[in-house]
Amino acid sequence: MTTTESDGPMTTESTAASKGGPATARSPRALAWQRRRHSAARFWKQYRTHHAGVFGLAALGLCALIALTAPLTVGSDVQSVTDAPGDPMESPSTEFPLGTDQFGRNLLGLVVWGARVSLLVGLLAAVLSVAIGALIGITAGHFKGWYATVMMRITDWFLVMPTLVLAIALATVMSRSLGTIILAIGVTTWPTTARLVRAQTLAVESRPYIERAKALGGGHWHIMTRHVLPNVMPLVLAQTTLIISSAILAEATLAFLGLGDPTVVSWGGLLQDAREAGAVSAGKWWYLVPPGVAIAVVALAFTLCGRAVESVLNPKLGVAR
Amino acid sequence: MTLLEVRNLEVTYAGGAAAVRGVDLSLDAGQKLGVAGESGCGKSTLALALLRLLPAGTRTSGEILLDGEDVLKMKWGQVRAVRWAGASIVFQGAMHSLNAVHRIGDQIAEPILLHKKATPAGARKKTGELLEHVGLPAARASAYPHELSGGQRQRVMIAMALACDPRLVIADEPTTALDVMIQAQILRLIEQLVSEQDLGLVMISHDLAVLADTCDRLAVMYAGRVVEEGPARQVYEDARHPYGKALSAAFPRIGDTASRFAPRGLPGDPPDPSALPSGCTFHPRCPVALDSCITEDQELRDAGTARWAACVHAGASVPQPGSPAEEARSSTP
Amino acid sequence: MTTDTAAPAAPLLRAEDLHVSFAGRNGAARARAVDGVDLDIRRGEIVALVGESGCGKTTLARSLLGLVPPTGGHVTFDGKPLDYSSRALKAYRKRVQLVLQDPSGSLNPRHTVYDAVAEGLRIHRYGGDEQAAVAEALSRAGLRPPERFFLRYPHELSGGQRQRVVIAGALVLEPELIVADEPVASLDASVRGEILALLLRLRTELGLSALVVTHDLGLAWNIADRVAVMYLGRIVETGEVEQVLTAPRHPYTQALLSVLPEAPGDPVVLTGEPPDPSRIPAGCRFHARCQILASGEAERAGVADACRGRDLEVLDGAGGTQVACHWARATVAG
Repeated sequence: MTTTESDGPMTTESTAASKGGPATARSPRALAWQRRRHSAARFWKQYRTHHAGVFGLAALGLCALIALTAPLTVGSDVQSVTDAPGDPMESPSTEFPLGTDQFGRNLLGLVVWGARVSLLVGLLAAVLSVAIGALIGITAGHFKGWYATVMMRITDWFLVMPTLVLAIALATVMSRSLGTIILAIGVTTWPTTARLVRAQTLAVESRPYIERAKALGGGHWHIMTRHVLPNVMPLVLAQTTLIISSAILAEATLAFLGLGDPTVVSWGGLLQDAREAGAVSAGKWWYLVPPGVAIAVVALAFTLCGRAVESVLNPKLGVAR
Repeated sequence: MTLLEVRNLEVTYAGGAAAVRGVDLSLDAGQKLGVAGESGCGKSTLALALLRLLPAGTRTSGEILLDGEDVLKMKWGQVRAVRWAGASIVFQGAMHSLNAVHRIGDQIAEPILLHKKATPAGARKKTGELLEHVGLPAARASAYPHELSGGQRQRVMIAMALACDPRLVIADEPTTALDVMIQAQILRLIEQLVSEQDLGLVMISHDLAVLADTCDRLAVMYAGRVVEEGPARQVYEDARHPYGKALSAAFPRIGDTASRFAPRGLPGDPPDPSALPSGCTFHPRCPVALDSCITEDQELRDAGTARWAACVHAGASVPQPGSPAEEARSSTP
Repeated sequence: MTTDTAAPAAPLLRAEDLHVSFAGRNGAARARAVDGVDLDIRRGEIVALVGESGCGKTTLARSLLGLVPPTGGHVTFDGKPLDYSSRALKAYRKRVQLVLQDPSGSLNPRHTVYDAVAEGLRIHRYGGDEQAAVAEALSRAGLRPPERFFLRYPHELSGGQRQRVVIAGALVLEPELIVADEPVASLDASVRGEILALLLRLRTELGLSALVVTHDLGLAWNIADRVAVMYLGRIVETGEVEQVLTAPRHPYTQALLSVLPEAPGDPVVLTGEPPDPSRIPAGCRFHARCQILASGEAERAGVADACRGRDLEVLDGAGGTQVACHWARATVAG
């Protein structure tokens, strides 16, 4: 009995199925797209089971909608000090649901307008931070030896530096603009990402498929982009959502300390204005609470999303639903 | 007397996978029973079920009589007493079954202290004896698992299993992942211990040749059932079930010209326990399947003295089909 | 004592006096994993490299692929010495492929079967129809119809199917030599034969050569033309499979064969673990565990001193049946 040439029932049974079947004659590009659609659908199905994550996503969607439609709903002249519609420090009323600031500007409008800056800075700073972290983490994990040693020492150095102090120092020496704030937050928060990504890279690099890729002739670039990057991507994604919330907080902190761009309205800037105007001692709660709550809600929403993404992509973490 | 008797054991996992579907086995003290099969055939589940080590949510029915007492009906306190003291298990992959942060001596002494309530000094003495018994110097008790080689770790696992003088030892792939030479050492050790201490041994492996060499009787499992059972040599050399035949042909005899440049296997893959084929579960891969095999489930039937096989071709009344392949295979020396 | 084969053509792959050693950890002595090996693989030939774990067989296989740079000796492929520049290595790796033991680990869980097989093509910037090449390789490896497997992920396949995907990924570049490291060790018994049959069929259909690294002598008997038995960094016995496995002359090969379950005669169970490659004993490297020396037979043959004190030369890789053992030589001559 020779079973040498046979390939089993799986073959015979499926030959009929494939004739004219949908699987034939598809271009690799179409295949790739189909695969991506499948995995996106699978991701969403699992994400939906995390109630906190869905809540966070809904809150974010709402914030994003408000921020994006702000030019239509409140308009950019809400920032104008000279054509302020109301009297200074009005308490909430039907005309101004959240009262007015010391220049008589509509605080609801300012909070809505401020969402644009806070979200933008948060997103860009997080992307910058994670990009630096991922780049350094992957290269340090892939090229071992002196390069990794040097890179990791630099990372450690940044890690032990008090982030806020460093950011303040950067923001003071550079011109006061949103770009400066983004840069200051980005270059101070990357080390944790770099450490995480490097650890993951080392784990991936010890897998046999890396050796197979090398034996196939794959070079450094191939291994880093085709094998390591897709495997650290989930981590990077989850890390991004988590860093966004801390970046928003950092932006608010810097603005509150008076290091933000004075020409734009942001939530941190509003808090600083409130402090300067003496709203705290005067009991003008409507000046303080809305931007504070907005910061907390957005940071929380990003954290919830980040945790949900993390647990979908890495179920072993066992994050509670 | 019968040490272990398993009657109509069925195990279904929480996910709906029927891992064991009606298994009957029996084993006397001093006997060695081999259970052969591939991944997913339910042989490891069977081993775990014997000591009620299956995860919560698993449905188990049937009877597992250990010295006449049904393990499945015992209270938890009794089950705990049975584990180690009545029956113990040697897992595959000794690397992961030993705790990396404890000295091996302490790990061997742990069940002794738990069950026998021996004094710590007594336990230490016993640990030394056990280590000597499995061929390691007693001084190795203070070593950590990572300081030992794979073969030595497997010896420690066996010493642990013997710690409470059990009547029955279940060895789940005790030599997989070991080199041939170390494998031979461990198999000799197990054989020697069984004959010295009049233990019952259930040895589980995918390697029919190893089982045939070590055990008295052999049960071949496929898709959660025993499809062939009989004296080890006979099953190995002249299997009546086509699956048994395939397994014994998978590892060639060196010098057998029929297997030179002719590796033998079976087409297809072992079935998924949660989606079993109809009729005889082996029919999709069977080289001698009849039409009736697709619809009719095959029960174990007599296939000689003290032999059973679950195949239409095995029964004494059913004539052997005149398949040339069939004859070629059974006529090999 | 040498059986001349009728193939005078240059071998496809030749290792000459190959040495690979690794720096010892924490000041320990260097581990000489491969300690002088000559090995030829001719076109269309399947060679089995057999030995226990830690004997250096895996390191030898990796150094033949250029994955581990040798510390001495050299590798010649198709008549030309192996060039370790990255460009030359890349070209070399199109012609020589690796199949690893664990098919689950050697496939990236995030890549589909299509991507895994097409990887080699993309690395080497294949100009032709990628999809056709992938389909062709998959069906050669026994996954038919190939289209059905394109979008599957490794975890959706059985162990045997995964190993077929790995083999397809190697075949797609139309290599001349496949180095397989324990290709069936982690597969089920019934699937094992199918994968080995596949390797044999590839040799017949494509004229592929293969070096199969294994601890399983039955595998060598099943598919190999020639076998080389390795012990502690050196090949101790080599030759045609029929000769070496049915009439072994080295005590180590004899012991390995004797412990197989169905082997005739009394098993010779060597005590202890294979020794440490950082402390290779003087004389014959096997003498500390040698049953012939221990039983006094070497003494009777008058070679006991040579066993303990005189190292044996490196066996010629060209294929004749040879043995690196003082006792075996003395008894044949005497």
